[in-house]
Amino acid sequence: MNARKSSIAYVIGFALLLAAPAAIYPVLIMKVLCFALFACAFNLLLGYTGLLSFGHAMFLGGSAYLTGHALTAWELPTLAGLALGTLGGAVLGALVGMLAIRRQGIYFAMVTLALAQLMYFVLLQSSFSGGENGLQGVPRGSLFGLDLANDYILYYLIVVLFSLTFWLIQRTIQSPFGQTLKAIRENEPRAISLGYDVDRYKLLAFVLSAGLAGLAGSMKTVLFGFATLTDAHWNTSGEVVLMTLLGGMGTVLGPIAGATVIVSLHSELADKVGSLVTVITGFLFVFCVLVFRRGIVGEGIALYHRMIGEKYR
Amino acid sequence: MSATEYLRVSKLHAFYGESHILHGMDFTVRRGECVSLLGRNGAGRTTTLRALMGLTGKRTGSIVINGREAIDMAPHKIAQLGVGYCPEERGIYSSLTTEENLLLPPRVGSGGMSVEELYEMFPNLAERRHSQGTRLSGGEQQMLALARILRTGARLLLLDEISEGLAPVIVQKLGEIIRELKTRDYTIVLVEQNFRFAAPLADRMFVVEHGQIAAEIAQSELAGRMDYLQELLGV
Amino acid sequence: MNEIFGIPLPALLGQLMLGLVNGSFYALLSLGLAVIFGMLHIINFAHGALYMMGAMFSWLAMVYLGIGYWRSLLLVPLFVGAIGIVIERFLLQWIYKLDPLYGLLLTFGVALIIGGGFRYVFGSSGQPYSIPPELGGAVDLGFMFLPKYRMWVIVASLTICFATWFMIEKTRLGAYLRAGTENPGLTQAFGINVPVMVMLTYAFGTALAAFAGVLAAPTTQVSPLMSSNMIITVFAVVVIGGMGSIMGSIITGLGLGVIEGLTKVFYAQASSTVVFIVMVIVLMVRPAGLFGKEK
Repeated sequence: MNARKSSIAYVIGFALLLAAPAAIYPVLIMKVLCFALFACAFNLLLGYTGLLSFGHAMFLGGSAYLTGHALTAWELPTLAGLALGTLGGAVLGALVGMLAIRRQGIYFAMVTLALAQLMYFVLLQSSFSGGENGLQGVPRGSLFGLDLANDYILYYLIVVLFSLTFWLIQRTIQSPFGQTLKAIRENEPRAISLGYDVDRYKLLAFVLSAGLAGLAGSMKTVLFGFATLTDAHWNTSGEVVLMTLLGGMGTVLGPIAGATVIVSLHSELADKVGSLVTVITGFLFVFCVLVFRRGIVGEGIALYHRMIGEKYR
Repeated sequence: MSATEYLRVSKLHAFYGESHILHGMDFTVRRGECVSLLGRNGAGRTTTLRALMGLTGKRTGSIVINGREAIDMAPHKIAQLGVGYCPEERGIYSSLTTEENLLLPPRVGSGGMSVEELYEMFPNLAERRHSQGTRLSGGEQQMLALARILRTGARLLLLDEISEGLAPVIVQKLGEIIRELKTRDYTIVLVEQNFRFAAPLADRMFVVEHGQIAAEIAQSELAGRMDYLQELLGV
Repeated sequence: MNEIFGIPLPALLGQLMLGLVNGSFYALLSLGLAVIFGMLHIINFAHGALYMMGAMFSWLAMVYLGIGYWRSLLLVPLFVGAIGIVIERFLLQWIYKLDPLYGLLLTFGVALIIGGGFRYVFGSSGQPYSIPPELGGAVDLGFMFLPKYRMWVIVASLTICFATWFMIEKTRLGAYLRAGTENPGLTQAFGINVPVMVMLTYAFGTALAAFAGVLAAPTTQVSPLMSSNMIITVFAVVVIGGMGSIMGSIITGLGLGVIEGLTKVFYAQASSTVVFIVMVIVLMVRPAGLFGKEK
C-alpha cells in the first residue's frame, strides 16, 4: 500500500471510530483502545526492535497507580494526570531499560519479568497504593469545562489521544530512527559494526514504549476510576504479548486487531467460564506460536500477496 | 566389477535452506578402496560428506551404504551403518576431556580398535588424556578426531581436510596412518585440498566442480592427467 | 551468646533453615531450567506449573489413591516426566529451529493451560498435606528445635542436585549430554540419537520440578496457586547465576534462599523483593551473571 492509500484508510478508520459509539457501548471501545495503545507501544519493542519485554505490565500498572494517585490525592487536572502517567512510565522505562539491555534475547525477557515482579510487590506493599484493594474512586475530572464523567465526552478524548499516539508510533517506525531499530532487529552485530550505538537506540525505543504503555495505563485509570494490582501482574504482561502475537507482530495494525480480539474475548467469557479463560489464553499462545506466527494481520497480508502472485518474505 | 561396491552415490542433490549446493553427484567407492574428492573451495566436497551423513538440509537422490539406502535416514542411523565422520573443523568438544572425546562415539560395528591400541598409535593423546579437548594442539586435535572414529568399528571413513593447517611432520604421520588403515581394509573417502597428500594415498580421484563429479582419475592414469589437474586445481 | 544484632539466635537459625529449604527448591528448579536450556535452548516457563503439578499430584494420590509420601516421591516425578515427554513431542519439537523467544512464549502458554486447568478443576484454596510420620517432630539441639522434615528437604534436594551434577560432569551419559549441548549435529553423526536425548532431557528437567513439588507439599498449602510467583523468582535466580554452569545454579539457588531467609529476620517487608534487588545489583556490577559465560 502506498502512503496516500494508507492515509485515506486511516482517515476512514478515524471517522469510523468517531461514529462507533452510536452502535457499540463506548466503555468497551475505550477499553479496547487502552489495550490497543498498550499493545502498539509493546509492538514497537517486540515487532520493530526485536526485544521481548515480559514485564510491560509494570508500566501500565505503575502509571495507572501514579495517575490515580495524582488525580485523587493531589487533585491534578485530568490532562495533567495523564501527562504525569506518561512521563512516569518513561522514567521507569529509562531505569528498567538501562538494566535490562545489559542482557540479550531470552535473558532480556527474564530480567524485565523479574523487575515487573519487583514493581508488583512495591505496589502491593506501599502505603499509597491501597494494597490488595488498589486505588478506588479516582475521579474522571473535567476538560475545558466538559465533564468527563459523561462516557461520550471521555470517549472523544480517548479517541483523540489514541489517534495522536498511533500517529506518533507510525511516524517513529517510518523515521530513520525506526529504520535503525529494524536493522537492529534483523541483525544486531551488523548494526553494531555499521557504527550504530545499538544500546542507545534500544534504550530510546524502550523509553518510548514504556511511556506510551504508561499513557495507556493512565487512560485506563481515568476510564474505570480505579487502579488495581491486576494491571501490574505478570498475567497482564503475558496478555499484551499475546495481543501483539495474535494480531501480528511487526505489523502496524496487528496490535489493534489482537487487542480487540482479546479484550472482547475476555468481556464475553470472564463471567461464564471462570479460570477457563486462562486455559483458553494458554491455548491461544500455543496456537499462535506453533502455526500462526504471522498473526491475523500478517496472515492477511501474506494471503493478499499470494492472491496477486507475489512472494511474501 | 571385481571388488564389491561399498558406497554408491547417485543423483545426489543437497540444499542448505534455499541454496542448492549439490547438483547430482554420482560416484561409487569399493570396499577397501581409498578415494579422494578434489576440487576448488566451494565446489561442494565438504557438502558431499555432510550430505552423506545427513547433516545438510533437504537431500534427494540415492545414497547406498553397504547395500542399505540411507537417503531418508537420520544422521545417527547413518552412523550406525558403520560410518565414521571426521569433520573439517575437527569437532573436538571443549566441554569434554581428551579421553571423553575419544570414548564419546558409540560402537557402530565390530572390530574397532581398542583404546590401548589407539594410545599406542597416538602417544600424545595418552599423555594428555585428562586435558580439556580443545586445549590440545591442532595436530593433536586432528589425531583425536581421527582416533575417536577408529574406536567405533566404523568401516567407512569420511575424512574432511585432515591435513589442513598442520605441520609437515604431522601430515606425514597422518599419511602413514591412512596407509595403515588401507592395509586393514577400511573404505575411505578423503576430501583434500592438499593434492600432494592425497595423490599417493588415493586409489581413485574424483574432481568435483559445481556440485557434480567433473572427472574420475585412477591412480594409474595420474601421471598422464597432471596437466589437467594442474589447470583445474592450480597444483 | 544467644542474640545477634538483637535477634534471638534460635529465631535467626530457624529462618536460616527456612531459607535453606526455599533455597533447595530454587536450586532444584533452576538446575532443571539450566539443564533444559542447555539442550533445548528453551527457557521453560512451564517449570513453575510443573512444580505445582508435582505437589498437587502427590496430594491427589494421597487423597484418592491412598499413595503415600514415599511412593509419591518416586512415582509423581516419573508421571510428570512422562507429561514432559508429551509436551516435548507434541509441542516443543516443532520450534527448535525458531528464535528461542518462541520457546518462552510456547511454554508460557503451557504454563497457563496447566495453571488455569488445575484452578478450574480444584479451585484455588490450599490443601494440607501432612508430613510423613517418620519425619515428624523435631530434634532438640539444646539451643533450638530443628524440624526433621526441613532437614530432610535440604538433604534430599542437595543429594539430587549433586547427583545430577555428578551425572552430567563425570559419567559417560553426561558426556553424551555435554556433547549434545555443544554440537548436536556432530554428536548425532556419531550415532547418538540426539532427538531422543533432547526429549529425555526435557523429561528429566520436568521430573526435577515435580520432585521439588512433592518435597514442598508438606511444607506449604498445596494449591494451584502455589507456583504462580515461584517461576519468576527462579528466573531472577537464573539471571543472577547465569545458566552456564550446573554447580552455579545450585549454589545461586541455595544462596538466594538463605539471603531471603535472613531478610525475613532483619527486614521482613523486603523478603519478597530481596531476590529481585540482588538481581538488580548483579546486573549493575556483573551483567553476565555470577557464573555466566554469555554476554
